Amino acid sequence: MSDKEMAIDCCLLAGRLMMEAGAETYRVEDTMDRMAKTQDLAAIHSFVTPTGIILSPGSPHHTKLIRITNRSTDLEKIALVNAVSRKLSTGEYSLEEAYDRLKEIEKANVMFPLWLQIAAAAVASGSFLMLFNGLWQDVAAAVAAGGIGFIVVTFFQELTNVKFFAEFVSALAVALVAFFAIKMGIGIELDKIIIGGVMPLVPGLLITNAVRDLMAGHFMSGLSKGAEAFLTAFAIGAGVALVLSF
Amino acid sequence: MTWVMQAALSFLAAIGFGVIFNAPRKMLFYCGIVGMAGWLIYSASETVSGDAVKASFLGAFAVALVAHIFAKRFRTPMIVFSVAGIIPLVPGGMAYNAMRHIVENDYTTAISFASKAFMVSGAIAMGLVFAEVSIQLLYRRRSKRRRAT
Repeated sequence: MSDKEMAIDCCLLAGRLMMEAGAETYRVEDTMDRMAKTQDLAAIHSFVTPTGIILSPGSPHHTKLIRITNRSTDLEKIALVNAVSRKLSTGEYSLEEAYDRLKEIEKANVMFPLWLQIAAAAVASGSFLMLFNGLWQDVAAAVAAGGIGFIVVTFFQELTNVKFFAEFVSALAVALVAFFAIKMGIGIELDKIIIGGVMPLVPGLLITNAVRDLMAGHFMSGLSKGAEAFLTAFAIGAGVALVLSF
Repeated sequence: MTWVMQAALSFLAAIGFGVIFNAPRKMLFYCGIVGMAGWLIYSASETVSGDAVKASFLGAFAVALVAHIFAKRFRTPMIVFSVAGIIPLVPGGMAYNAMRHIVENDYTTAISFASKAFMVSGAIAMGLVFAEVSIQLLYRRRSKRRRAT
């Protein structure tokens, strides 16, 4: 593999990793451009969307396309890739080192342990209940609802790979937990418990990213992320509504 | 609820989201600070003016400003800090209320909740962008020099 080919692959890999980890589109383009410029690929053009990246390095190299199939949120991965691109442009890493490092990042699983994520979701749900003027008596129910909702969403995500179905079932679980908590006299305000429990599922990152992309002029990415956010919100709403309508 | 309580709870909530979104371990504390700053500004401004849209704008502005400062300081993408801080401001409660009234066939109330949720989302986005523009103006000379090289 020639140096230039490797540089192009390196850019694409960095772009794909960042996009899969949930970075903003303009940041992905910016990072890829910067990396390319340091490797003397001045005529580069990139087109980044949430589902694929097209990179045209200019003559005599071929244009390349890479698919992005699964997207999640992994802020640490974004930070790591960003650090590699920074070190490449300051000359701290050679091209080979940067490429190897990116391959390492691709394979590494740096997520927090699952139990900690569940605990975090539960704590966040409880905190939100109180931030939204809930009652202290409801905290236990909100913590349980948030934790169970998160367990359900992770389980169904792995089982079916259909994100919206997982979110729907999870919202259903949250609403059911809240409903039974009230039936058993552990909770008082149904609405507040459900809002607290559903917060870990709410597509806050997607909404903000979508609007950020739209304002930066990335209309394709903005609209598709907006559509994803809307579908998620709809799935959550439908799940809750199913319980409420009985 | 006292301000100390609110500060502690928003700090906890932001760290919780930091864990769910897998923020870098060393940055979790700062994610919490960003979330706390955003929520306190939001909450204070909502108590004073009673206007959720204005409060969301100011809250998002504070989140993005602090996130940018941390991002410059730690040389990390700004998104690492801003995401967890923005979540408490996202109008989840209003969207939920809108949905609930739709289920109950009370469309007029539902639409008023939905349009409010839409306004608040717009205000959050404006707050984020305004903060970014302000920071860019602040660092204008530096970026100009970078562009020249």
